Amino acid sequence: MRDDSKFIEVQGAEMVFKTKRGPFHALRDINLRVAKGEFVTLIGHSGCGKSTLLNLIAGLTRPTEGVLLCDQREIATPGPERAVVFQNHSLLPWLSCFDNVHLAVERVFGAKESAGQLKERVLDALTLVGMSHAAGKRPHEISGGMKQRVGIARALAMEPKVLLLDEPFGALDALTRAHLQDELLKIVERIQCTVVMVTHDVDEAVLLSDRIVMMTNGPAATIGDIVDVTLARPRDRVALADDINYMQCRRAVLDFLHNRHTRPQMLVA
Amino acid sequence: MVSTVFHSPLESATRHGSSSPSEAPSAAAAPVAQPCAAAAATPHPWRERVDGRAIALAVAAPVAGIALLIAIWALCTTKGGSFPTPAATFDSARELFSDPFYRKSPNDQGIGWNILASLGRVALGFGLAALVGIPLGFLIGRFSFLNRMVTPLISLLRPVSPLAWLPIGLLVLKSANPAAIWTIFICSIWPMVVNTAIGVQRVPQDYLNVARVLNLSEWKVVTRILLPAVLPYLLTGVRLSVGTAWLVIVAAEMLTGGVGIGFWVWDEWNNLNVPHILVAIFVIGAVGLLLEQALMLVARRFNHDE
Repeated sequence: MRDDSKFIEVQGAEMVFKTKRGPFHALRDINLRVAKGEFVTLIGHSGCGKSTLLNLIAGLTRPTEGVLLCDQREIATPGPERAVVFQNHSLLPWLSCFDNVHLAVERVFGAKESAGQLKERVLDALTLVGMSHAAGKRPHEISGGMKQRVGIARALAMEPKVLLLDEPFGALDALTRAHLQDELLKIVERIQCTVVMVTHDVDEAVLLSDRIVMMTNGPAATIGDIVDVTLARPRDRVALADDINYMQCRRAVLDFLHNRHTRPQMLVA
Repeated sequence: MVSTVFHSPLESATRHGSSSPSEAPSAAAAPVAQPCAAAAATPHPWRERVDGRAIALAVAAPVAGIALLIAIWALCTTKGGSFPTPAATFDSARELFSDPFYRKSPNDQGIGWNILASLGRVALGFGLAALVGIPLGFLIGRFSFLNRMVTPLISLLRPVSPLAWLPIGLLVLKSANPAAIWTIFICSIWPMVVNTAIGVQRVPQDYLNVARVLNLSEWKVVTRILLPAVLPYLLTGVRLSVGTAWLVIVAAEMLTGGVGIGFWVWDEWNNLNVPHILVAIFVIGAVGLLLEQALMLVARRFNHDE
């Protein structure tokens, strides 16, 4: 029987990179379960291996030890059922926004659907993120926030089971970021997909997630603690600003990051 | 080549300074509210205020350079001697170009035919080099074993002077014209191989990750990601190759004979017709410049970094 409480399962994952200065132990003994439809964020100081863990779930890299499962199948390669939104949007600069999304849609649905249906899917995805007006534009003609939206549209258009976001709003200004967070909340609520997101923004983590996975500092980083965010959905950022529960979650994460696992000095330098 | 050397820092500074106001409005309009409409409606402000200084720099400076060259040349040749004056050279140029496409005998043809014959050889030799070099560059960039295998060979063969290849061509192909084309081929292949390989190696990992996440077929990876990503590098290679090919053809034709601008120069030397040689030098330079500029134009068309 399938068990929706462990849609994504990471069992004893270890990650050791070979570098010129010898092996680098990035992740140690990672055990994590993500339920179907759950929104989980990975938070930690830079260099703690959050993105490495996300890449493992994406299948872009293979763990040195341990097993990763998605929907009871081993994650061996990347695939369209686990769509990734990259940190720097990674749109292909020589394709228009439409074609960037179309490339993904064509791969996933091209065999079964007509050209018209594919086109409709692309336009639907762009409309979902409010970018249908820029379908014909090249990435360099639109702003950073818009690129990131198209990146999200590309991921969503594949109708993935899992959406993986690697600091998707990290390079954006605060207002644009807040706006896109709200959009993402709405979209995820509508399509009910499982989300794993890497962030270093405490407010973002609390606002969006069902659970916040906090990672210890590297090398050999592991999961330090997990905070359950029990705030009701839909969430409103302004109303939550004075919410006791919200502030407690926020405080728990801040305490973990700044008191219990303060940023290592050697990385600051 | 020439255009990059003569770029004055002042010129690029004024260009840069005057282009920045055009970026400001689009950057300000960037967040959410219909920025594309705003950007499209804004005309290019830098086109409206073209000031006299920019024109002076763009037109007057190059003209002054050419004038200076001619002036020094005229000064040096006032006393007479075997070296022709600018006026005499100009006269013979006018005479040559009044009838560039005559054919009296196989060895006495108009300068137009000679240029076309040389361009034909360059096109053939360069075309073959592109046909072999670009796929080879892709393979070298894609497979590191091949890269390690071929790199020492390329390093060894690339610095060899073009004329050293000519005897090999004559030996194997047993004829002058194919030997000249072979020389072009072997000299112009290296920049394309090397630049294509570097381009393939420098395709950003992000794009390849996109390909992996989308699980694109190998064909789609090549046509939608590798080829467009490598194109700017490839075009740089092509530009260098065409430049080399045009350098090499003159030397090769001097040795192989037949019809061609290189042979024509040598023939005029044997006739001691120095003004014709000077005209030929200008013509060779001009054709090289045109080839370069044409390829720069193509390269700009495919530059997506902007």
